Amino acid sequence: MTRQETAPPRPGRGTEPLIFELSSPGRIAYSLPALDVPDRPVDSLLPPSALRTRPPELPEVSEVDVVRHFTRLSQIQHGVDIGFYPLGSCTMKYNPKVNEDAAALPGFAGVHPYFPEEVVQGALELLYHMEKYLCEIGGVSRVSLQPAAGAHGELTGLLMFRAYHEDRGEHRTKVLIPDSAHGTNPASAVVCGYETVEVPSDSRGGVDLDALRRLMAPDVAGLMLTNPNTLGLFDENMHAIAEIVHEAGGLLYYDGANANAIMGVARPGDTGFDVVHFNLHKTFSTPHGGGGPGSGPVGATRELEPYLPVPLVDFDGRRYRLVYDRPKSIGRVKSFYGNFLVVVKAYAYIRSMGPDGLRQVSEDAVLAANYLMRKLAEHFHLPYDRHCKHEFVVSGVWQKERHGVRTLDMAKRLLDYGFHAPTVYFPLIVPECFMVEPTETESRETLDAFARVMAHIAEEARQQPDLVKAAPHTTPVKRLDEALAARKPNVRWQPET
Amino acid sequence: MSVKHRYLPNTDADRRKMLEALGLRSVQELFADVPERVRFKGTMDLPPALSELELVRHVGELAARNATVDGYVCFLGAGAYDHFIPSVVRHITGRAEFYTAYTPYQPEVSQAVLQSIYEYQTLICELTGMEVANASMYDGATAAAEAAIISSYALPGRRKVVFSSALHPEYRETLRTYARGPKLHLLEVPAEGGVTPVDRLREAVDDSTACVIAQQPNFFGCIEDMAALGEAAHAVGAHFVACVDPISLGVLKPPGEYGADLTVGEGQGLGVPLGFGGPYLGFFAATGKLTRRMPGRIAGVTVDAEGKRGFVLTLQTREQHIRREKATSNICSNEALCALAATVYLCTMGKQGIREVAEQCLKKAAYAAQQLEAAGFPRTFAAPFFKEFAVRSAVPVERVNAALLEDRIIGGAPLGRWYPELADSLLIAVTEKRTRQEIDRLVARMGELR
Ligand SMILES: Cc1ncc(COP(=O)(O)O)c(C=O)c1O
Repeated sequence: MTRQETAPPRPGRGTEPLIFELSSPGRIAYSLPALDVPDRPVDSLLPPSALRTRPPELPEVSEVDVVRHFTRLSQIQHGVDIGFYPLGSCTMKYNPKVNEDAAALPGFAGVHPYFPEEVVQGALELLYHMEKYLCEIGGVSRVSLQPAAGAHGELTGLLMFRAYHEDRGEHRTKVLIPDSAHGTNPASAVVCGYETVEVPSDSRGGVDLDALRRLMAPDVAGLMLTNPNTLGLFDENMHAIAEIVHEAGGLLYYDGANANAIMGVARPGDTGFDVVHFNLHKTFSTPHGGGGPGSGPVGATRELEPYLPVPLVDFDGRRYRLVYDRPKSIGRVKSFYGNFLVVVKAYAYIRSMGPDGLRQVSEDAVLAANYLMRKLAEHFHLPYDRHCKHEFVVSGVWQKERHGVRTLDMAKRLLDYGFHAPTVYFPLIVPECFMVEPTETESRETLDAFARVMAHIAEEARQQPDLVKAAPHTTPVKRLDEALAARKPNVRWQPET
Repeated sequence: MSVKHRYLPNTDADRRKMLEALGLRSVQELFADVPERVRFKGTMDLPPALSELELVRHVGELAARNATVDGYVCFLGAGAYDHFIPSVVRHITGRAEFYTAYTPYQPEVSQAVLQSIYEYQTLICELTGMEVANASMYDGATAAAEAAIISSYALPGRRKVVFSSALHPEYRETLRTYARGPKLHLLEVPAEGGVTPVDRLREAVDDSTACVIAQQPNFFGCIEDMAALGEAAHAVGAHFVACVDPISLGVLKPPGEYGADLTVGEGQGLGVPLGFGGPYLGFFAATGKLTRRMPGRIAGVTVDAEGKRGFVLTLQTREQHIRREKATSNICSNEALCALAATVYLCTMGKQGIREVAEQCLKKAAYAAQQLEAAGFPRTFAAPFFKEFAVRSAVPVERVNAALLEDRIIGGAPLGRWYPELADSLLIAVTEKRTRQEIDRLVARMGELR
């Protein structure tokens, strides 16, 4: 296959060739200074048995090839900077540009994690203050910035539960998780060696208190909860839930995925949670990077704080220091101090918003969600008819029953109109659901436009169901066969022989 | 009284209209379900909002109080390396189409992210000689920990994980934390002469061993006998997990060729800035038979409704959003943008560049070691090394580093921090970025202290 033959775009191929298909022997895209030390044969420095005998088949392309390849690819990608991205539970808010500039400063990006403390005082000061801010926002006593994402925070928090109970000589083996919870909650519990027990939701979408009372036994380490939950509903029984769990000696974990609804309104630490994580890549505006990096700081009440990972950052009135000497700590959960450059962006965000700004964020996010929910409820089934918080769930059951059009089809149809689809089929307790999170950074006009398109798609489902079922029609590739990919896995390119 | 802010598009007039549409007078009514007793009253104790200009000045001041690899000559490594990052990398990862997207849940509008993950997986497979790679883990330490867990799941009844003290100390600490849940039994074999003693390791493994983890080059920069360590693992039916420096694979044998079942490592050297420790990326690759045990996202090829090639997330029944408590890992968000950096880096360096950068590291490190030896700083270990090596100092290492710092040189990592018995040793890293002149300056300055 020559370069000309694979030049984009060609039917039967992808819209953009693979970088490997652009390769041409001898072509290069790099330069390095000439070696300025005595050149010695590699096999005089390393044992021949340790050496590679065949070079890795990396592409041989020019710098222009690299730039055009990834730039052309980027033109077939949706992102927050391109348009509305109402992916529920992910808080796809605008990612401020100045925060990117801040993280790119050589004084942050060019700092080795083992530089002596005296020459990284600026970085440590930032971490120190960031911890203080998150303590204030979460109503907790101390925060570790080490976890790399929400799920990593869950693992950290549950290991802290384990250490806390073991310290008390208690052997608790189960963790309670609502049926509306995100998949990472049960997965994290199992990674931490717990059995999971599902707690049903009540008719208002909250935790079923009777079931919780029944399930809350002496072998239960605690309950994982996100509030507002994945239906976008604030659990009004928060206080009772905390009482039931605590009275039985259990602990409460706050999955902070949905904190965008509650800043300055209700602090998890005040509402009875013992350990709390934040998703800086959701609530605090850091970009999602096509899947990451995120950052999942974990906070704890005074009682649980001794178990936080090391190191923490302390200030002795003169100097900021990394502190490792915390005998009850669960240890470290990754190398170094966390996803520092992500923390820098979130820090810049908090400083840009201030306390009133953050509260306004939550108010606007909740207002936008309710406004959109009411508009969508004119065309879609609304399973929980009450005020939502920052996101809400509507269902495509009517369209499925009446016209054979599934939520997946309507989600794909949205792509034709230039919108990213909401999260679909999660939470699991609502069939055919769309989980919609508009965020506070979308204007009323954008919300109106999205509502109009959703109404139009509901109409199309009625009038032209086949059009919707075959969607998308205008995207760079048409509907992709996921079953085929799983049945015949091809997960790496191989040269054609 | 509402706040006017550059990131909040809705004006008071918009808010009023939205409330009217809801039949409400105030946004507070939307929070009526937050019980009085849990409601936060007052204003959070946070600094007041800054304008963009004030923010730029403020973060600029904080950043200015840190040393950087531009302002200082860096001989620190120990798991994070000052490699050169071609400009192309920043320009591509700085494209908002990539960085403002999320996990490609709607593949038809996410082909850039998906195709670049597929290319990344291919590059990692080529580099490591493995058959399958995932879209990334949090970092090298968590990748190693998850490899141990996966091994124990794949080999039921086996809970012992064996490694030597030459595995990065922070990876061992992370492993210790992760081991609590699945109750892995960790066995650490003391390194001898800077490498893992094969005989001791052979004695340490048995039929309850899930895996042996070995790092190449190891934490001391030394070359391990990976084939022998792998054989020792396989002799008892355990997995062999290789934890490798991806840059070293420009010259070193790919783990697939010495029988690694799983290959993991820290990908930071592949175009990711040092960033005071993160975000980095863990790479995770395996033999084909372990494909369905892999943690994390995997992109695969498929076709669209018109038969055109396209890419999707695949084999998702391994993952938490489908399997929940039966998932192989709890990972959801990963380090995709860092994996993109690694992809662009590897495409830019290409087949020739990856070899050249590895050779330059090797030869410059060899030169530095030789010169330091001549200046009275002999190597702590005799074993061959790649781009990093330990030297003994007759002068207290703190004094050495303090003197170097005055000369705007960041010296090696003092090994006593992790190995009390090596309190007289510094771990010195030499990447392709270090010039002969810089190396000579290091040697001269250290020599003066003797
Ligand atoms: C409710 C909820 N919990 C946990 C997570 C996991 O967070 P992360 O992807 O940062 O690991 C998510 C992520 O989407 C989520 O929506």
